[in-house]
Amino acid sequence: MNLTLRIWRQKGPEDKGRMVTYPVNDVSPDMSFLEMLDVLNERLILAGEDPVAFDHDCREGICGMCGLMINGDAHGPQRGTTACQLHMRQFKDGETIDIEPWRASAFPVVKDLVVNRSAFDKIIAAGGYVTAPTGSAPEAHSTPVAKANADAAFESAACIGCGACVAACPNGSGMLFTAAKLTQLSLLPQGQPERYTRVIGMVDAHDEAGFGGCTNAGECTPACPKGIPLNTIGRLNRDYLAATAKGANNTPGS
Amino acid sequence: MELFTEGDPIADTKAPAGPVEKRWETRRFEAKLVNPANRRKMTVIVVGTGLAGGSAAATLAEQGYHVKSYCYQDSPRRAHSIAAQGGINAAKNYRNDGDSVHRLFYDTVKGGDFRSRESNVHRLAEVSVNIIDQCVAQGVPFAREYGGLLDTRSFGGAQVQRTFYARGQTGQQLLLGAYQALERQIGLGNVEMNARHEMLELVLVDGKARGIVVRDLVTGEISTEMADAVVLASGGYGNVFYLSTNAKGCNVTATWRAHRKGAYFANPCYTQIHPTCIPVSGDHQSKLTLMSESLRNDGRVWVPKTKGDDRSPKDIPEDERDYYLERIYPSFGNLVPRDIASRAAKNVCDEGRGVGPTKLGVYLDFADAIGRLGRKAIEAKYGNLFEMYERITGEDPYEVPMRIYPAVHYTMGGLWVDYDLQSNIPGLFVIGEANFSDHGANRLGASALMQGLADGYFVLPTTIANYLASGPLEKVDASHPAAVEARTDVEDRVQRLLAVDGDRTVDSFHRELGQIMWEHCGMERSEAGLRKAIDEIRALREQFWQRVKVSGTGEELNQSLEKAGRVADFFELAELMCIDALHREESCGGHFRAEHQTPDGEAQRDDDRFAYVAAWEFTADGEPSVLHKEDLKFEYVHPTQRSYK
Repeated sequence: MNLTLRIWRQKGPEDKGRMVTYPVNDVSPDMSFLEMLDVLNERLILAGEDPVAFDHDCREGICGMCGLMINGDAHGPQRGTTACQLHMRQFKDGETIDIEPWRASAFPVVKDLVVNRSAFDKIIAAGGYVTAPTGSAPEAHSTPVAKANADAAFESAACIGCGACVAACPNGSGMLFTAAKLTQLSLLPQGQPERYTRVIGMVDAHDEAGFGGCTNAGECTPACPKGIPLNTIGRLNRDYLAATAKGANNTPGS
Repeated sequence: MELFTEGDPIADTKAPAGPVEKRWETRRFEAKLVNPANRRKMTVIVVGTGLAGGSAAATLAEQGYHVKSYCYQDSPRRAHSIAAQGGINAAKNYRNDGDSVHRLFYDTVKGGDFRSRESNVHRLAEVSVNIIDQCVAQGVPFAREYGGLLDTRSFGGAQVQRTFYARGQTGQQLLLGAYQALERQIGLGNVEMNARHEMLELVLVDGKARGIVVRDLVTGEISTEMADAVVLASGGYGNVFYLSTNAKGCNVTATWRAHRKGAYFANPCYTQIHPTCIPVSGDHQSKLTLMSESLRNDGRVWVPKTKGDDRSPKDIPEDERDYYLERIYPSFGNLVPRDIASRAAKNVCDEGRGVGPTKLGVYLDFADAIGRLGRKAIEAKYGNLFEMYERITGEDPYEVPMRIYPAVHYTMGGLWVDYDLQSNIPGLFVIGEANFSDHGANRLGASALMQGLADGYFVLPTTIANYLASGPLEKVDASHPAAVEARTDVEDRVQRLLAVDGDRTVDSFHRELGQIMWEHCGMERSEAGLRKAIDEIRALREQFWQRVKVSGTGEELNQSLEKAGRVADFFELAELMCIDALHREESCGGHFRAEHQTPDGEAQRDDDRFAYVAAWEFTADGEPSVLHKEDLKFEYVHPTQRSYK
């Protein structure tokens, strides 16, 4: 296949950035999307040009490090698929493909297609955990968990933290990411003691990091490579409301 | 010139004496403690944020130490432990099927083909039960039964069901548990997290590990970080083969730099090749994807009986197929251990009976299972794996048999550590896949997650206190001459890589190195092949330093520079791996020497000559390494020949 790539090039956070056109020829349909970029980069290096910087690591769809807007879609055209698992057989010979970084004010561009997603870590640090210092755990079978709850918790826990939900959202909101973790922990008995302080802490951190608010646009779930359901955001809202009503501040009995 | 010389044996591994089941208890009692007020004044550096590094950093911070944590990814949550699929072993005996700490200990020593340390393995089995408790308390969503209790399954040839799991994403869920504990400590100000930083050198002061030199991968700034102790949790070195199931960034640099500073590298030739991976599709291939071992429970492995049979699999009649695992190993069939299944696939492909466009593949056929159980049942069990296969290959495994081929997956070798997980350099601790300690010559399925978390949550936090309590250490900062020298070395090396400005990319060298290693130091090794590989590696390394082209500068985000430094270290490691494989004139676990096999082609150990750990000491560039032997004694599990016929 022969393709035309239009790729966002930006030297650093201060640079304005622009789309640059690169033809690539002899692309095999069996290549992954990132392998196609590897081939382009090899060529650029030998030509003395700066290769395109992009984040990637496991290349099997689980680490969440890759993330590209491909023709305006987060992770490209195939549903439930990260950019690293997308293969070139999804494209047609002669096609022009636009490749851009995640665009959101909470994810500033570092270089080319690489963005800074540390805001996600800050949301987790603000409550996305169960306080259980090593060594303090009771016997695992002391608290049974209904299978339906365990399965639903797992479904939300499958989030890979890639940021596609934010990139797809017209408001640049990180609500699906935040709600996924909150849902996981609020469905499990271990997550109950901190349930209401957690939701306040994480939502505050989300807002402080510069993510936009959720207006139920519903663009996030279809873009999510793990299919985190939209109703997790409903759960977040319910818990948030309950927490505000309780004045969630860790006072006994609240 | 000699390839190596032999030095003094390692006399003491610091394991307490006495019955094996009492040794860890004894060690915990005898280890010195640091009082909580003093812990706040002590800094520990942890390199890597996978299961071992993430859990260690969180736990040390909970105990009150000041922790500095480093990872090359953009977030600690992305370390490659996240990709582990199958599960984690623990001797809970919830199934009442005869499991026990002793049985897990026994299975692990035997599975490692009698090349691991009994004391360490027993401790691992003891601690396994605490890991499950810890992870459940953190909210890890393990699979559960309808009654609300934890589900387990059998795995990796074990006869008991001791593997806990979270669908096919157990590694992800365990890692996120550790990551969340770590983020909590970051939020509390107890851990200083440095993502997108890579360790490029170890700093020794008076023979003790006191710091590291790191490069900020965004700005290129090189800085020196000092501490009271350094913990390496930087993972394995499977990417020396270029193609492996490891993440693209996985590398040996942290441990290799420590090795060059004096830390012994143990058993580098022990590598695990996983039998069920998606075959290479072309020259562009950048990594290999594992298909969970659990597929062998229902899939049948076969190739055509005649070589060069190019018919589509559905046109090959039953009596012209060779279900070779079932034929050669009638009692274990398709469920033989990883090393055996991998070698058998290689053998049939070497005979010219491989399938697929490259002829380096065998069929894993689910037609019988679909006929027997129905498509729905197979979908429920393996649906997500079948989808992943189809995404990558474009073929529907419900209709056409999967094609699989072995790929490098895990490295059992690593930096040598004593019972306390301390290397021979005081103050340098090594945990998880980065050390060599628990899996011998072959790791069992679902044991990597167990070891990473055992080391990080439970073992290291106890043993490192014993070291820190022996202080106080002399106060040093980044202006210490040893620190300045280490930093200058790193800066020089970066400049050297940039200055070559040749005509070949880093990846082209890495690919070629990987081919040499796969050919001669992969599933089957021989004296002639290994000698050839050593010559080829040396020649290619020389080329690398004359012809490599690294674009850009050192003062920016420069992914080609990052790769160049890692590949330069892989060249040195590759040579040591071949020397280790050459000197070990026996076959054991993942190390198969063509000259040492039983008449029916199975691995032939030589316990009289090789029941030892080979710990290699670096001397100088171009000079032979020194071999130190640590004899292995088996008081509880007596070495036998493994047989799966």
